[in-house]
Amino acid sequence: MATPDRPRPSFDKLGLVIGIVAAAAAGAPFATFRANRIVPGEGRAIWEALPAGWATALLLVVAGAALVAMLRSPAPARLAAALAALATLALLIGTAAHHLTPPDNAYARVAPASGFWLLGFAFALLAADALTRLQLSATARIAALAAVAAAIWLLLALGAWDGLSLLKEYANRADRFWAEGARHLALALGSLAAAIVAGIPLGILCHRVSGLRDAVLNLLNMIQTIPSIALFGLLIAPLGWIAANLPGASVIGIRGIGAAPAALALFLYSLLPMVANTVVGLAQVPAAANDAARGMGMTARQRLTRIELPLALPVILAGIRIVLVQNIGLATIAALIGGGGFGVFVFQGLGQTAMDLVLLGAVPTVALAFAAAILLDAAVELTAAPGSRV
Amino acid sequence: MIELEHVSKRYGETEVVSDVTLTVPPRSIAAIVGTSGSGKTTLLRMINRLVEPSAGTIKLDGVDHRSVPPHELRRRIGYVIQGHGLFPHRTVAQNIATVPALLGWPRAKTKARVDELLTLFQLDPAEFAARYPHELSGGQQQRVGVARALAAGPNLLLMDEPFGALDPIIRAKAQADLLSLQARLGTTIILVTHDIEEAVLLGHRIAVMDAGRVLQYAPPSEILARPATPFVEALVGTGERPFKLLSLKPVAEAVEQGIVEGEPIAASATQRDALAALLWSGRPALPVQSAEGVIIGKVTVAGLSKRAARPE
Repeated sequence: MATPDRPRPSFDKLGLVIGIVAAAAAGAPFATFRANRIVPGEGRAIWEALPAGWATALLLVVAGAALVAMLRSPAPARLAAALAALATLALLIGTAAHHLTPPDNAYARVAPASGFWLLGFAFALLAADALTRLQLSATARIAALAAVAAAIWLLLALGAWDGLSLLKEYANRADRFWAEGARHLALALGSLAAAIVAGIPLGILCHRVSGLRDAVLNLLNMIQTIPSIALFGLLIAPLGWIAANLPGASVIGIRGIGAAPAALALFLYSLLPMVANTVVGLAQVPAAANDAARGMGMTARQRLTRIELPLALPVILAGIRIVLVQNIGLATIAALIGGGGFGVFVFQGLGQTAMDLVLLGAVPTVALAFAAAILLDAAVELTAAPGSRV
Repeated sequence: MIELEHVSKRYGETEVVSDVTLTVPPRSIAAIVGTSGSGKTTLLRMINRLVEPSAGTIKLDGVDHRSVPPHELRRRIGYVIQGHGLFPHRTVAQNIATVPALLGWPRAKTKARVDELLTLFQLDPAEFAARYPHELSGGQQQRVGVARALAAGPNLLLMDEPFGALDPIIRAKAQADLLSLQARLGTTIILVTHDIEEAVLLGHRIAVMDAGRVLQYAPPSEILARPATPFVEALVGTGERPFKLLSLKPVAEAVEQGIVEGEPIAASATQRDALAALLWSGRPALPVQSAEGVIIGKVTVAGLSKRAARPE
């Protein structure tokens, strides 16, 4: 126990870690310069990558934010420091790209390097910690997400990052990017919609017929354990057979490879979380509420729509969240069998050893999954709000 | 009037209710009392067809209760269960309006009825209508549960351990409220309890059940005075019996002529309360005061002890 006359050191434990990481990162390469898109790069430290004035400004902001993090400061101050550091990093990585690229050189590539990523990681951690301490409401979290999205859109629209290698890859295939993005979302959301339409009724059926529940859940569990690439492969033969032998099947796009097996595989993976969460959600409806509903003269359908489904909704939404985040990630693999999506860039990039192209596929996928998780978490909380305690 | 004729319920080989025949007169309270597993809840649930009888008939006001579809039958019968069973995602007003909504009442009529019931149960509509069940105390939840069951003005109210989840002080208040409510509305009530004390307090008639059979169906004084079987006698509890008997009658029926000193007892109090006051004060007699505050005579230890003796 601390004695009253000796004040406890006013340091924050997590803040100390953030400070150490930031100090190490400040000396590490801030950006990588490459003469063209596939040769290995050379690291450039902050004072090499930026004009002297900007380098000093960045170091001062990083030092200031790290100091706020290390001291026991109030959560709003910590959030402000983290956001200031992140915004400065975001702006100056674009400046570094312009500064490092020789004039009129279309082949040189500048990308963020370990120092940038470490600093970004340290202050993202600080921001996440501050947000947790602030205990934002669901609507405030959605607003924060919208604000971050708007800020990124603004930086893109103003061309602040145009000098970065990632944006150069994008500029070379902008049309393709949006087409594959639309395909990616169609795969993820389409298979989710199908899983909702099929999974919720199946879950209700499993809840009502106890013998069915174990059989269905075991089967779906087995499907879930098949590796995704293997499942794509397994589906090629039957779908190819259907396309060849069923009149009209190939006309509506059913083929052994392409979007059809990808969508089907994503749908099959989605079924387990949908059915399992529907069953669990319905099972945790208070027995007394269900009994009272019957005793007061609700028909089976009225009980389902007015009592059981509304009370199970938060758990079912949690299932939809799992499926959506999982499908956004898994849809990347669809490119392997010609299904399209952001995975196209990932696999092209791997083939050409062009990491920037890999990132062009990976970064939007991660951002979409992250945004989907925040939105659906907020939705779960909003639907659970009124009667969450019994 | 509720008439059960040779009602039985079997699950496979086991018979949980065996050949029960009893009649509940209109505007009265029947308490079904028994240990757990005696079949009392199954018997209650057969009346609104939550459980279908295997044999026998049940008539409500002379009409076989199987003549209407089960969900329509249940909308005409109030139903209260232990732990209230309120819908956690609906407000107090929405909970109470459940059956009116199922019956398609106009909105204004429903709202007026909800406000009337909340007021009747001493819950201010302005304060409580928009609350959720988890924002209420246990006693308030229980009152909302009863208000919900009465929303469409049923003639019959089924209650399964309605006070089981309440602590003793709130339970006593809830029991007293139910008695005055029943006297006012004239609703026929069938109430299931494992507590003989509660059955004696609330029931105009008590059915004692064991192993699926009704061992005795009689007014409380009869059950206390002349238990039909050793099981009924054990359930009633020989040590408590004279006091339970006294608890059934008001002091007004035991008033004797004469003026005595001491703290007056209300004529509406039970004779059991009067005996307790006499023993506690150490006096052989105490004055009795009417509701208007007039001393109308005395009550004596000797007089009460005669009344507590086994009736001939």
